[in-house]
Amino acid sequence: MFLVVVVAVAALILIGFSWYFLARDRRLERPDSPPLEAADRESTAAVSAAETIGAAPAFRDRLGTARSALGAYLGSVFGRGAISEQTWSNLEEALIRADVGVGTAAGIISVVRAKAADEGLDDASELADLVKGEIVSRLTGFDRSLSVDLVDARGEPGPAVWLFVGVNGVGKTTTIGKLAQRQSVAGRSVVLAAGDTFRAAAVEQLAVWSERSNVEIVRGSKGADPSSVVFDAIEHAAARSVRLVMADTAGRLQTRTNLMEELRKVRRVAEKGSGTVTETLLVIDATTGQNGLSQARQFTEAVDVTGVVLTKLDGSAKGGIVVAIHSELGIPVKLAGLGEGIDDLVDFDPVEFVDALFE
Amino acid sequence: MFETLSNRFEGIFKGIRGRGKLTQADIEETLAEIRLALLEADVNLDVVTSMVARIRERAVGQELSKALNPSQQVVKIVLGELTVSLGGEAMRLSHASKPPTVVLMAGLQGSGKTTNSAKLAQWFKKQGRHPLLVGADLQRPAAVEQLRTLGEQIDVPVFSETSRPVRVARRAIKEANRTARDVVIVDTAGRLAIDEELMAEIGDISSAVQPHYTFLVVDAMTGQDAVTMARAFDETLALDGVILTKLDGDARGGAALSVKEVVGKPIAFASTGEKIEDFDTFHPDRLASRILGMGDVETLIEKAEEVFEAEQAEQAAARMLEGTFTLEDFLEQMQQIKKMGPLGNLVGMMPGIPKEARDVEIDDRHLARIEGIIRSMTPAERTQPDIINGSRRLRIANGSGVQPTEVKQLIDQFSQMRQMMRQFAGFGSKKMNPKARSKGKKGRQRRGGRVTEKGPAKVPKMPLSLPGLEDRVGGF
Repeated sequence: MFLVVVVAVAALILIGFSWYFLARDRRLERPDSPPLEAADRESTAAVSAAETIGAAPAFRDRLGTARSALGAYLGSVFGRGAISEQTWSNLEEALIRADVGVGTAAGIISVVRAKAADEGLDDASELADLVKGEIVSRLTGFDRSLSVDLVDARGEPGPAVWLFVGVNGVGKTTTIGKLAQRQSVAGRSVVLAAGDTFRAAAVEQLAVWSERSNVEIVRGSKGADPSSVVFDAIEHAAARSVRLVMADTAGRLQTRTNLMEELRKVRRVAEKGSGTVTETLLVIDATTGQNGLSQARQFTEAVDVTGVVLTKLDGSAKGGIVVAIHSELGIPVKLAGLGEGIDDLVDFDPVEFVDALFE
Repeated sequence: MFETLSNRFEGIFKGIRGRGKLTQADIEETLAEIRLALLEADVNLDVVTSMVARIRERAVGQELSKALNPSQQVVKIVLGELTVSLGGEAMRLSHASKPPTVVLMAGLQGSGKTTNSAKLAQWFKKQGRHPLLVGADLQRPAAVEQLRTLGEQIDVPVFSETSRPVRVARRAIKEANRTARDVVIVDTAGRLAIDEELMAEIGDISSAVQPHYTFLVVDAMTGQDAVTMARAFDETLALDGVILTKLDGDARGGAALSVKEVVGKPIAFASTGEKIEDFDTFHPDRLASRILGMGDVETLIEKAEEVFEAEQAEQAAARMLEGTFTLEDFLEQMQQIKKMGPLGNLVGMMPGIPKEARDVEIDDRHLARIEGIIRSMTPAERTQPDIINGSRRLRIANGSGVQPTEVKQLIDQFSQMRQMMRQFAGFGSKKMNPKARSKGKKGRQRRGGRVTEKGPAKVPKMPLSLPGLEDRVGGF
């Protein structure tokens, strides 16, 4: 067995390095990808999530039901009189508790610290607004609308495709269900693509949602190629002049190379026919810790994520990792899931999100 | 990816080699790094604070052992502390004197309760039990269908009805008695710990079925909130243990440590993949190194054991030690390695890989390139890469669709590796198996026997003594 391990280890090292050198050389050769043509963008109509969704419950009302332990904690940080080293380290702790992450927390604090010094603040209670302001500024300046492309590659109207991706159990299917219901209520027709052909009963789960909201669903057989299911759904929609296809995919951990490859293929094939993928939405669970960053990074690498849906925000976890995702990767949160009800999917609002963090 | 903790420590300790004792300042700097590593792994802040305090106590005034350098020594202390915290006594399931043994599964939405109910059922089945799965998740659309499908896959009956969860659970016990099933696994709907109504409901289910074991299913990717959640579930249900799921990703699983510390109940099982079989009892020591970002050699070895054809690999290894390892062998081994999963994961599991190499995101498609190059060679070229001259190189490059320089690089690296392996062989036989070489085949056979008896527990020691190799690799 010892020898087997030696072979394994040695071969691994060799492969790793050969790859490293090959890849390094190629990286040097590869030209930068051309910037997106402005003309491409003009044909894109943007739909605000609120418009798509209709009257949505206020973000804050829903979050308010779940005060985080963090809120009380921060209250004590900011109410403690003169600013001291202790204030800063308490603030760091508070941010870490919200899953913001050590690195991002340090970044926020150093900015706030400099500002506090500039403005000559000496009372900790004055810091709250500065901290909130800093986090909000990291979350603003992003386009949070969900886009519906009106024209396909051949200049003919084809369906826009929203692809939902993410790790297992974050709430992809539920998110699509809620979103479909909203579209249906607003009088827009949608086709759902049951692209999760792997998990047991995932298709049935989506089918239940499609019945509830009375929208069409296209499904393949169990174990079918998800790309073909999504493709069929798009062609089905195109034939009936339906403008929007929401495609479910199986949950997959971002480290599963072959499954990520499968996802790449789904995205590629989705644009083979008359459809255009206008949104690739990464669904992230608010309880997720630092791994969320790795998820965002690797899904973006594979399928070019355009936005995040932050689910399960009605719990005690506040999803601080999205602050890091915004600042490090520049991917905005577009929607927030606040519960299991069909109305519980709302526009993401940075100010209210940050207020909730500090409540 | 994360810089490994040991790499960071190397930096800290560079200046203080040769001193006999760790000073207070050295220790504080080290502890700050440990704190960071734990927080990056999502260990709860309070747990981190108390753990760092315990480590400080143990580290201060420690005599430096001759065998280990200071960084190794501190890592050893930390690892020990983590393993103890994660482990305690291993969970041992006993069965009810009057069957059925009832197991209740609880957790947040999407943590993996349904899938792991089925995995647990399969596990019990392997122990010779006769489980009954109960679908008491009437909330999520098609949750019961999911359980039924999984039940069919593993040939375990599933009981459910459309009424109320408490009633389903109660009737399931009767059903188990009627059909002589000796284990009942109750899958429940996911719920948030702050949802009082649903928490009361699962409390009712629990009092209705009087479970012998209540497991909290925890996602390995959970952040700081794991503690709040675990505490709430423990207060309502009095948990017996934890099932840790989605450990096959790159999450470092600090949540497990938090939950263990707060609830004080063992982590009973870990789920490491999407297949039903990817489920086993929990190994605290492995998670400890993973939380610290130190690689997971044992899992690597286990995977290797699964896919490598022992005899073929031994032959290849023997040739490797003799320095006659060919590209043909290399190709074969590469095929085996591909079966072990994505290369990036494997490299991540290996300790002592330089940061530079770890940071590279390895794409398995490049394995195919390497394969292509080797497959474009004649058998003679594969055995004796030295005969490859300019025109042969061009032919190989054309055959595999790469640049001639890539062919050259591959061959150069292969020769370097061959050299390296020869040196390593000398090092290995001197240090590790003084008798192995002289005994030849007989010795090898006996070694094989010993490993099966004791399990691979001893093997992992080997990579710890790789620093020589590591230096060489770093110098590539």
